[in-house]
Amino acid sequence: MLDDFMTRATLAGVGVAFAAAPLGSFVVWRRMAYFGDATAHAAILGVALSLALEISIFPGAIAVALIMALTVSALSGRGYAMDTLLGVLAHSSLAFGLVAVSFLSGIRIDLMAYLFGDILSVSRGDLAVIWGGSALVVALIAWRWSALLTSTLNDELAYASGIDPKREQLALTLSLAITVAVAIKVVGVLLIAAMLIIPAAAARPLSRTPEGMALIAAAIGGASAVIGLRAAYVLDTPAGPSIVCVAALIFVGTSLFRLLGVANRAE
Amino acid sequence: MPLLHRDARLMSLLTVENLSVRYGATQVLRDVSLNVEPGEVVTIVGPNGSGKTTLLRAIVGAVSGAAGRIVPAPGLVLGYVPQRLHIDPTLPITVTRFLSLPGGASKADKTAALARAGVPDLAQRQMSQLSGGQLQRVLLARALVAKPQLLLLDEPTAGLDQPGSAAFYQLIDDVRRETGCAVLMISHELHVVMSASDRVICLNGHVCCHGTPEHVSSAPEYRALFGTGTGGALALYRHDHDHAHHHDESCGHDHPPQTKAAE
Repeated sequence: MLDDFMTRATLAGVGVAFAAAPLGSFVVWRRMAYFGDATAHAAILGVALSLALEISIFPGAIAVALIMALTVSALSGRGYAMDTLLGVLAHSSLAFGLVAVSFLSGIRIDLMAYLFGDILSVSRGDLAVIWGGSALVVALIAWRWSALLTSTLNDELAYASGIDPKREQLALTLSLAITVAVAIKVVGVLLIAAMLIIPAAAARPLSRTPEGMALIAAAIGGASAVIGLRAAYVLDTPAGPSIVCVAALIFVGTSLFRLLGVANRAE
Repeated sequence: MPLLHRDARLMSLLTVENLSVRYGATQVLRDVSLNVEPGEVVTIVGPNGSGKTTLLRAIVGAVSGAAGRIVPAPGLVLGYVPQRLHIDPTLPITVTRFLSLPGGASKADKTAALARAGVPDLAQRQMSQLSGGQLQRVLLARALVAKPQLLLLDEPTAGLDQPGSAAFYQLIDDVRRETGCAVLMISHELHVVMSASDRVICLNGHVCCHGTPEHVSSAPEYRALFGTGTGGALALYRHDHDHAHHHDESCGHDHPPQTKAAE
């Protein structure tokens, strides 16, 4: 079954969507969208380093994404507005990554594969890493769920309940780095933030509880991967961007649903 | 439930000894000591920027690098009501789910807490759709779910109108009588302080003065901060209607006006 490249691609897309859904929900609730972007963009530098050292891209991407995320956390609230800081770090790390890749003269590198993903070339080994990483992220977030939710609502409420919001932030940061690393192959560094944010945002109008939102986001992300890949196959379009396009269309759909629902209920 | 006899040893619920907090070069709190006994209502008053909120944050453990000691009674259960709670509209959460955070709570406890807080019908409502007054009561209900021995309230009625805040203080008083829990709160509403507190602590980076409301309102340090001394609580009561510019202009003491964000 895993011999078929479309099957492997679909499984890879669904695997990433499952990790991205609960993480993406927190990214949306905590207004960390740009933070996700910065972390993802930094990963291209990790890819370049991995290629230079001739190791798998996963550890390199995780390490650099993690360093980036920790740097942003440490620098925040020290004189710069957060969006300025992230704007500087996101784009400069992408630029440094692209420059670093250009130094790798020995091997021919298909840069596009890392910027926009290369989901159709996912191997069995990649699949194992993607599902392993996703399972780790889902387990970590499920374990910290209540504490994460409490500290997302209010720092002092968390402290008063014996929760350290800084430690919970670290769990999210780690999850983000892992998700970025496993999603590079699927949607590429430029579109990882889209996989985090769009399914979660699309799930919002359909949800009444945080848990519901994460589950619906997972369903929307998974469906986007399946439909997007099918569309890419039929229409001969790039796979990663096609997945994101489907997610975006679902977002438009659920947003319209909410508008109509609000109009009907006349609340 | 009568919890007044809960602690036969008669030790303080909470003791703060020589607490000092610095934010960078700014000394926010200096050698602050206080204690809260079971069942009493202690109110902290002080001008903006006097460290009131920092003191409460330090007590819940949210301030790192504080010097001094904060000693809760063994097994003390705290209920904390923040000044305000911003819930991002992207976060769907019902009141009943909110009350369960973080550890989970039984349906009976949640229903009882909502009823106690005077909002029995809100369980299935979305948090982001509550009015300011409803939200404050839900925050109080969440603090009550854990059956606290000490309630910490940070200006719980900021943002409520006069009748709303009067009703809220009445509610806190009822809760205290019914459960016997102690209350440590920050308040700007001086007539409430005078009528509902057992003790008042006047804070301005350090403890200016403390004692019964009568004692504090006649203390020169307090008058210097809050009024020019046209006489006791009545003047303070009048002063309180002047919500737009709390205590800064009229104070004859050396306390420059500061924004609330500095607290």
